[in-house]
Amino acid sequence: MRRLLIWAPLALFVLVFGLVASGLFAPGERAVKSAMIGQPAPAFTLPALLPGKPGVDSKTFADGKPRLVNVFASWCGPCIAEAPQLMKMREMGIEIVGIATADTPEAMLGFLTRNGDPFTAIGDDRNRKVQFAFGSAGVPETFVIDGKGKVTYQHIGYVGPQDMPKLLEALAAAR
Amino acid sequence: MKRFLLLLTLMFAAPALADSGLPPPELAYTQLRDPAKELRAKALMETLRCLVCQGQSIADSDAEMAADMRALVRQRIEAGETPDQVRGWLIQRYGDYVTYDPPFSWLTAPLWAAPVLLIAIGLFIARRSFGKDDDESEGQEGTRA
Repeated sequence: MRRLLIWAPLALFVLVFGLVASGLFAPGERAVKSAMIGQPAPAFTLPALLPGKPGVDSKTFADGKPRLVNVFASWCGPCIAEAPQLMKMREMGIEIVGIATADTPEAMLGFLTRNGDPFTAIGDDRNRKVQFAFGSAGVPETFVIDGKGKVTYQHIGYVGPQDMPKLLEALAAAR
Repeated sequence: MKRFLLLLTLMFAAPALADSGLPPPELAYTQLRDPAKELRAKALMETLRCLVCQGQSIADSDAEMAADMRALVRQRIEAGETPDQVRGWLIQRYGDYVTYDPPFSWLTAPLWAAPVLLIAIGLFIARRSFGKDDDESEGQEGTRA
């Protein structure tokens, strides 16, 4: 027993070393996931950010067709990078609802002029209340809402060309 | 070139560094009028994780998102909600990760049990070292390296 115990500190060291090494080579997931997946979308109404573009009312989510809710901002770099993909989905006839995070009409107008406007509605989420209600921890994030108004999928970060199949699949599953 | 530009934009794409440049909401940096409520709100804010920094509480963080969350907490406390209700609302949306005071569950049980376990191990080692007078640990210091 004693003879074995002599090796205990070394064994413990190897264990800790292994733990640290594995953490170095496979760092943990840093993104905070929403806990709202599978839940009904939060109830909210957001006023329109831009004239001529309606605001967002969560009551309209239960109209039988799936849609995307895109939490974004004109001041966010990755939102520029995902714009072409959103435009593509718009051309496919997918409805995209925008939640404008801490934004101003002027800045948003410039953003849409430069990057295209895939949104059917843009709500003014000035103080991130709706972002919090969705359990979203940053911009951009994209949620899939099914025809019954349930949140079925969350995509964290910008939607790149490589993310399109997954999103379209989630949209198809939400029908 | 386009790809290079895209990569360039992504290089500066850390959401943590993104900043809307808008002034923070009113209750992000102002206290509530009712000192008792402010005390409760402050205590709650110290136990909520900033979602941007993830290593700070929203009471400590200067991230815009934390400021907005402070305002949300104060507004809800002012409207008469209890800190537990506000915490519950956030846990419902972000999971237990959002609070530094995780509720007891099978998943968090090791967190709560670890200190007790470590103290028990310490006591056990202390007892073995100081408690018993067995002859092998007595009077042999000189012969040991």
